[in-house]
Amino acid sequence: MKITFPHMGNMYICVRALLEYLDLDVVVPPPTSKRTLTLGTAVAPEFACLPLKINLGNFIEARELGADTVIMAGGRGPCRFGYYAQIEKGILEDLGMELKMLVIEPPQKSVREFLQEIKDTAGGKSWWTIIRAIRFGWEKIKAVDEIEKEVMRLRAREEKTGVVDAVYREALQAVDRAGSYEELKGAVREAKERLAAVPLRKEEDDILRIGITGEIYTLLEPFANLDIERKLGRMGVEVERSIMLSEWIDEHLFLGLARHNHGHETKRAARPYINHFVGGHGQETLGSVNRYWQQGFDGVIQLMPFTCMPEIVAQSVLPRAREELDMPVLTLIVDEHTGEAGFITRLEAFVDLLRHRKERKREGKLVVPVGRA
Amino acid sequence: MRVGIPRGMLFYHYYPLWRTFFSELGAETAVSPATNKEVLGRGVAEAVDETCLPVKIFYGHVAWLLERGIDVVFVPRLVSVEKGAYICPKLLGLPDMIRNHFRLDGKIIDVTVNLNRKPRQLYRAVYETGRLFTKRPDCIYRAFCRGLECLKQYEKLLQRGLWPEEALAVMENRSGSREEKEKEGERLNLALIGHVYNLYDGYASMNLLTKLNRMGVRVFTPETLPWYLIQQRAATLPKPLFWTLGKRMVGAAFHYLADPTIHGVIYYVAAFGCGPDSFTADIVSRQARRLRKPFLLLTVDEHSGEAGLVTRLEAFVDMVRWRLEKDENNLPAHG
Repeated sequence: MKITFPHMGNMYICVRALLEYLDLDVVVPPPTSKRTLTLGTAVAPEFACLPLKINLGNFIEARELGADTVIMAGGRGPCRFGYYAQIEKGILEDLGMELKMLVIEPPQKSVREFLQEIKDTAGGKSWWTIIRAIRFGWEKIKAVDEIEKEVMRLRAREEKTGVVDAVYREALQAVDRAGSYEELKGAVREAKERLAAVPLRKEEDDILRIGITGEIYTLLEPFANLDIERKLGRMGVEVERSIMLSEWIDEHLFLGLARHNHGHETKRAARPYINHFVGGHGQETLGSVNRYWQQGFDGVIQLMPFTCMPEIVAQSVLPRAREELDMPVLTLIVDEHTGEAGFITRLEAFVDLLRHRKERKREGKLVVPVGRA
Repeated sequence: MRVGIPRGMLFYHYYPLWRTFFSELGAETAVSPATNKEVLGRGVAEAVDETCLPVKIFYGHVAWLLERGIDVVFVPRLVSVEKGAYICPKLLGLPDMIRNHFRLDGKIIDVTVNLNRKPRQLYRAVYETGRLFTKRPDCIYRAFCRGLECLKQYEKLLQRGLWPEEALAVMENRSGSREEKEKEGERLNLALIGHVYNLYDGYASMNLLTKLNRMGVRVFTPETLPWYLIQQRAATLPKPLFWTLGKRMVGAAFHYLADPTIHGVIYYVAAFGCGPDSFTADIVSRQARRLRKPFLLLTVDEHSGEAGLVTRLEAFVDMVRWRLEKDENNLPAHG
């Protein structure tokens, strides 16, 4: 049996670690590419959201490499993601590309039951081994997030463009390769040392801080967001992401047991605008805008796939927050038709606007209220 | 106090309850008119582009009401009306969208109805609403019971095959029967599956129901089916759907697809960009293909032209009729 799973940013590192710890045969789908998207779009319902299309592409490509089983997360709605696995299974079956689906459904089907399923799949591994495997995967993803945060800070400051990303790429590989806690610790230490040694620019005045928030998949998957963090970084923007992968895993799969997320604070910050859970991270998007404002960020970007329901609710409410907080917010919607050039133009315009605002503020001049960015 | 009730979204599911409740408590209600060009135009201008047509229309109705000097708008937050399912994210967020867009703080009744985990929560929502008009809990309770009776009566009328506007007319003792052009032998039974806010909004649906009637088609909708039957049919899915309205549509569609007296199914997704429907339409069209039942998927938005819709309907009706006459299955089952 060969197990595969969908891509979402660096998630493959932790899932592979977990599964290989259990001696399972893992097929990591090829990195998401134009081909992946084309394959997925061809078979997905036209109006489904972008992550479903990319998921399907990942599965088809993994199947080409011999995968026969898929691990997928479920959910209880109302976001469409909760029904992804069933729709994907139906589509693949009708195409004659059957794949067995193992779905984690928290909490109706408890984590325990899912572990039981993994256990059966893993064949004769003890509970103790499985718990250790999960911990190992978890440590890896925390390590990746730690490195990534540093990378997002340094990209805006590096003297020579691309040095940080080169270190980052190698650091990810080292973490991915690490087979024990010692090796993992070593990889993180080395990555940090090398990042600390990257030559930085002298002047810091022109560095902008932008918070990125919105729908989780488009936030975490560089292919879906056209590598927005790197693009912004190279424009001299320090980026912060409203939710890191480890936080999502804790919130969605561990039901917050690891206490590794700040969902509560973010929801509280959303209250003046969205007073109720609306599915996905719609409420958190407003909360993040508020928090970024409190922390003195220069601007916020909301990312979402076309037709994403929770984020449309957030988008409808954003104008008021933007006005009341005097916080520039740019909404970027992506789907299979998104063109890179137009995307870059919008980012550049937004960054220019923020830079201009910052200068005017520094000169003590009146800042023109933000309109639609 | 004048309470404005927008004629949009779940209006045709619950209006008799709302109206009776408010009038029993001595509140004056104002209802926006049936969707027209002005309402739709306002809605499209006010709402964000990405949202779906019914939400845009709802914005239009709210705008219409606000211009007519009402004191509060009634936009309850219908999170969930049954255990284990939600309505949809946009309906969850609708009160926030309306409140923030029109700056209605304090001028909106946005009580939360969430029966997903706690069924008793309904009474809190009812009480919270009633308290705005009276301090006596017994009055609120009585008004609500009266409302429920009206709602039951209304649902009975719908199950008998009346359309919501007709049922409302009957309940208000207005006459309101539709002229049906019946031609013996030419009767065709088609199921029309869609959300109430799309099907019965004559302007949004471009009078789809009347058009089908004129073509000699007898239309069956999810409203004529009892809820337990819909639940039963929807339970055949591998995982229960967590959208009540989606479940309603899939359950009804599955029922009609399996019913030999129904000659074809039109799955009417009148909302470009409707999230749940992008999935339910996929599920239902797969089932239709398996059962080789004539099936038409209609998606409409504010840019759709009437002529194109008529052409597609005519083509579909003709195709179903030919299949019937020739008793042949080699004609394509897709319109």
